[in-house]
Amino acid sequence: MSTEPYILLSAILFTIGSVGVLVRRNAIVVFMCIELMLNASNLALVTFAKANGNLDGQIAAFFVMVVAAAEVVVGLAIIMTIFRTRRSASVDDASLLKY
Amino acid sequence: MIEFSKPAIEYAELWPLLLVFGLGCIGVLIEAFLPRGSRHHVQLGVALVGTVAAFVGVVLIGTGLEDHGEASGSIVAEGAFAVDGPTVFIWGLLLLIAAAGLLLFAERKLEGGLSAFAGQAAALPGTEAEREASTRGLDHTEVFPLMMFAVSGMMIFAAANDLLTLFVGLEVLSLPLYLLSGLARRRRLLSQEAALKYFLLGAFSSGFVIYGIALVYGYAGTMGYAGIYEAIANTTGNRAMLLIGLGLISVGLLFKVGAVPFQAWTPDVYQGAPTQVTAFMAAATKVAAFAAMMRLFYVAFGSERWSWEPMLWLIAILSMVVGAILAVAQSDIKRMLAYSSITHTGFLITGLIGIKAVGEAGDGQITATQSVLFYLVTYAFMTLGAFAIVSLVRDSGGEATHLSRWAGLGKESPLVAAAFSLFLLGFAGIPLTAGFSGKWAVFASAMSGGAWPVVVVAVLTSALAAFFYIRVIVLMYFAEPQGPGPSVTLPSLLTSTTIGVAVLATIVLGVMPGPVLDLAAHAGEFIR
Repeated sequence: MSTEPYILLSAILFTIGSVGVLVRRNAIVVFMCIELMLNASNLALVTFAKANGNLDGQIAAFFVMVVAAAEVVVGLAIIMTIFRTRRSASVDDASLLKY
Repeated sequence: MIEFSKPAIEYAELWPLLLVFGLGCIGVLIEAFLPRGSRHHVQLGVALVGTVAAFVGVVLIGTGLEDHGEASGSIVAEGAFAVDGPTVFIWGLLLLIAAAGLLLFAERKLEGGLSAFAGQAAALPGTEAEREASTRGLDHTEVFPLMMFAVSGMMIFAAANDLLTLFVGLEVLSLPLYLLSGLARRRRLLSQEAALKYFLLGAFSSGFVIYGIALVYGYAGTMGYAGIYEAIANTTGNRAMLLIGLGLISVGLLFKVGAVPFQAWTPDVYQGAPTQVTAFMAAATKVAAFAAMMRLFYVAFGSERWSWEPMLWLIAILSMVVGAILAVAQSDIKRMLAYSSITHTGFLITGLIGIKAVGEAGDGQITATQSVLFYLVTYAFMTLGAFAIVSLVRDSGGEATHLSRWAGLGKESPLVAAAFSLFLLGFAGIPLTAGFSGKWAVFASAMSGGAWPVVVVAVLTSALAAFFYIRVIVLMYFAEPQGPGPSVTLPSLLTSTTIGVAVLATIVLGVMPGPVLDLAAHAGEFIR
């Protein structure tokens, strides 16, 4: 089985995710794009595990999932708080701190 | 079918790390089961006793390390951690910072019997619920376990000997810090904004780290640092993958230390977070991240030195220049210290690109590891002290962080102004302060490593940086106070102890750097 298409797909997903972080305004969508980046990495890790013939990459993928879940807990809590305060989840509105 | 076998865990070497993690868990249980009134004291007591016990443990482990010539120590937990000289040195330093941070977190005299953290983070700013939480004297004592989790993450980060452990450590240290940044009692909008920015940018950078890890794993076929070193030395694989992976991992680590061009979060988070959290975070994150960065670059990518060294040259120069120039333009003391921390990141990277190993260094020359370890000690204590003093200068609206409010502080409170001047002189690197010996160490290491252009820039930016540090001193002593003038709230013994220790460390490390330099030299090199 050739692994190249999977690596290519993961690179495309990673790019979509990172471009999304840069261009989207809504904090929730930005956060979803970050999750997409983590999942693209998971795909790459699992594919490389197959290519290298060892399990390290698959185990790493499990850890990344746990980390992503923990990040959701902390991240949504922070986004929720700021949404309740400002009635807006736009990352452009939070602009008191500058220069 | 692959056989699984039980991993061997060397508890004798790892127990301080596990103890600190356990303290975080115990803190969560205390939060759940103890009545509100007694939580603050119990949390502080448990965390402080545990931290001191862990520190004693680290010292004991440090004295009993196996000797392997240039490096001492051993690789434990199936290659996940390396407990060697530098690890033990960094663990000890982190635990000292944690103890000082605990004392600052526990300070309740400045807000009139309340801590610096929000009474109830869920209550909206400016509502009845928030006022009620404040009048009932509520406190978020969760900050103690959160800090213990952050410290355990930092200890993992500093000792990580494979890429997966590195990533887990990075996240365990970051997630509690995101929350802590958002918990300020005063100026809650700024604090929440700081938390949001820190979180989104931090999560973004950790996305880069994990993709970089995947690529390096794909190249080397293993996550272990030693295996990666072997693979780079022997293989004929796809070098593009290795280089992109190395670059992406570097992005994440340089983000954590706040190096230009990944510094954008630093001033915002340092300004918005509660000052006590800033003090802890500024000192401890930098220590842990530099330890992780050195181990990654020296051990895993040691044979790839020629491809990462030019990158670090550039980033060191950019960090020093951009940090110093932007610091001149600041009118907020916390932001100014944040930009100064970016400059210091540049100085630390200058040390990092110095001569690599003891073997390459001549007699009496200082190695890169040694110089960076020493600089981290000096920087950590000065930062803790400086931010602790920022938390004391207050007016009716909380901390008076605008520089104009600091005018005439020398007359109002000579002692506090003198201590702050000492820290500023230390940051500037004036002789007989810790900053001077630290700078001397990193410059000497970079010079003998052949990075003289970086050292020239570093010396020039030191001069520029001295300008804005001394401007604050002039402001404190020679400017007339505007309006009612600044006032210094007398802290309890907790903050005073921290400031006292920081003052002492800044003077002693400046006058007699020998013992700590020897200790850093004794730590030796990173074990493979």
